[in-house]
Amino acid sequence: MKGTILTIAEHRQNSLREVTFELLALAHELGKAQGLESVCLLLEGEEQSLEGELKGWCERVLVLKAKGLEVFNQEIWQAVILKVMGDRRPFMVLFSHTPWGMDLAPSLSVSSGYPLATDCVSVVIRDGTPLATRQIYGGKLFAEVSLRPSGTYLISLRPGSMRVENPFGLVTQIESLMGIEIPQKTKKVFKEFVDTGAGEIDISQAPFLISIGRGIGEREKLEEIKELAERMGALISCSRPIVDKNWLPKYHQVGTSGKTVKPKVYMALGISGAFQHVAGIKGSPTVIAVNKDKKAPIFRVAQYGVVEDLFKIVGALKETLGG
Amino acid sequence: MDVVVCLRRVPFTQEVDLEIDKGQRQILAENLAFVLNDWDNYALEEAISLKERTKGTVTAITVGTEEDEEVLRRALAMGADTAIRIDSEGLTLDPRNIARLLARVIRGLRFHLILTGAQSDDLNEGCVGAMLAEELGLPHASVVNKIELGEDVLEIKVELEGGIEEISTIKLPCLLTIQTGINEPRYVSVMGIRKAAKKELKVVTIEELSLDKEALVPDVYVERLFYPPETGGAEILEGDPHIVAEKILRILRERGVIS
Ligand SMILES: Cc1cc2nc3c(=O)[nH]c(=O)nc-3n(C[C@H](O)[C@H](O)[C@H](O)COP(=O)(O)OP(=O)(O)OC[C@H]3O[C@@H](n4cnc5c(N)ncnc54)[C@H](O)[C@@H]3O)c2cc1C
Repeated sequence: MKGTILTIAEHRQNSLREVTFELLALAHELGKAQGLESVCLLLEGEEQSLEGELKGWCERVLVLKAKGLEVFNQEIWQAVILKVMGDRRPFMVLFSHTPWGMDLAPSLSVSSGYPLATDCVSVVIRDGTPLATRQIYGGKLFAEVSLRPSGTYLISLRPGSMRVENPFGLVTQIESLMGIEIPQKTKKVFKEFVDTGAGEIDISQAPFLISIGRGIGEREKLEEIKELAERMGALISCSRPIVDKNWLPKYHQVGTSGKTVKPKVYMALGISGAFQHVAGIKGSPTVIAVNKDKKAPIFRVAQYGVVEDLFKIVGALKETLGG
Repeated sequence: MDVVVCLRRVPFTQEVDLEIDKGQRQILAENLAFVLNDWDNYALEEAISLKERTKGTVTAITVGTEEDEEVLRRALAMGADTAIRIDSEGLTLDPRNIARLLARVIRGLRFHLILTGAQSDDLNEGCVGAMLAEELGLPHASVVNKIELGEDVLEIKVELEGGIEEISTIKLPCLLTIQTGINEPRYVSVMGIRKAAKKELKVVTIEELSLDKEALVPDVYVERLFYPPETGGAEILEGDPHIVAEKILRILRERGVIS
């Protein structure tokens, strides 16, 4: 039997998450090189039919359709994946490093006994075992990691690590999974989704954003930035710590758990450039970053960089603008 | 409610040039400052405030060296009742083994809830919490940004992507990994930490946990560390702040966002 790479599909509110296609891109790349079959496992509700969207992306979709699978539940997912892993013995299982994936993959690793590397940005296979690259210390260093020898390896991938465009033109077989018991009573029970995104301003449509991070240091300093933004006709956005501290409301936050923005210019002041932040500014053609730390990862995604105390630059900008 | 909170001390790496040691598998940590992992600070505050609301207890645990006790002292100063350090005895432990050690100790404690940070700032693995829960056979949820108390359940919010949150209930006992912003961690004074130095801090060795050091084979092994590959990167605008300001304004005008 051909070895397989099993990808766990993630979906929410009746659509597949973008990261699922990234996982399939990785599975395709590794599968081609190693002669492994790319198989996607899709757990969905009775009324759903997301498998259609997966056509061309992998060689096989295993679909389990049942009541209670509309929304991710780690206890159910774990039980089903354990069963599928036991039956099919995949060489590798790919998860997304998202809040749901962070809940699922680690506990599955413990219950299955298979080793897991989390938050990987790339994976290669060398001498029959995976070697993964991870970013550590806020992206200041990379680490190459290997896994304890095992029949099955578990990998979770950081969203945004793989480029996805079009399907790979694969002939996709859809296979329904039968005879899998779904736990009926779970200890965690889903109630509802809520959207926290809306607010007084909409940064996602702004052409010019001045974005502040933990580097502004104190709440009082916000005023200086506000003045500058007003003077320049920019809206203020921010990184997560600013919202965590309640210095600005949530609808100012850029990033995976905040908003995706696409201004013509994004000026990042005192933001280090964590991947969860940078994921929100992929659509901005011009990023200007001001940071005291010349090794800050934000300089790797910015077009222009200033290695300086942000307040010196803010002061100089105000003076130059005059008035 | 009796809460166990797991803490980790991490190096502060902003504005420092991280150096890789000769073995290529670790950073040179001698000259770095260390702090309590940000996510854990929120988990700790949540534990303390739950204790205050319910007249319970808080036990803070870390796996590490004597120097790592700093985060436990901080926890005691914030209001934790008990602190336990599992001595890492010079071993480099991967998340799976950290979870194993924590589970051994926590199994013997009285608790209703275990809290950890959603991830640590240094290695970003984001998996010790869920691994620990599974070791203990507990239900769990990750990246939680709100907890409300019920009878024998909690109502929680799990933070998802794009501003969407999931509201769920979860039965106690359980484990939650905490997201930043869930609360406002209280200020701890140096005096407070000094006073807490008198509180008891228990140290447990791996041997006392009836675990064999040899058996702690890592699931994940760091082969080598390396610096990020040079990419095109940013064009650095040089000069004194006024010259830089002029350059920035020119770019903004070119892009048509200011007149
Ligand atoms: C599940 C999850 C979701 C997340 N979602 C998001 C999200 O949506 N958005 C988001 O932003 N983060 C998100 N994060 C958090 C993310 O991992 C980082 O912790 C966060 O982005 C860091 O914000 P920061 O860059 O402002 O702070 P830091 O990383 O602390 O960086 C501050 C920077 O300011 C610089 N600095 C300090 N003082 C000055 C000065 N005077 N002048 C110039 N520079 C200075 C420092 O050198 C440093 O680079 C998420 C994390 C998790 C686990």
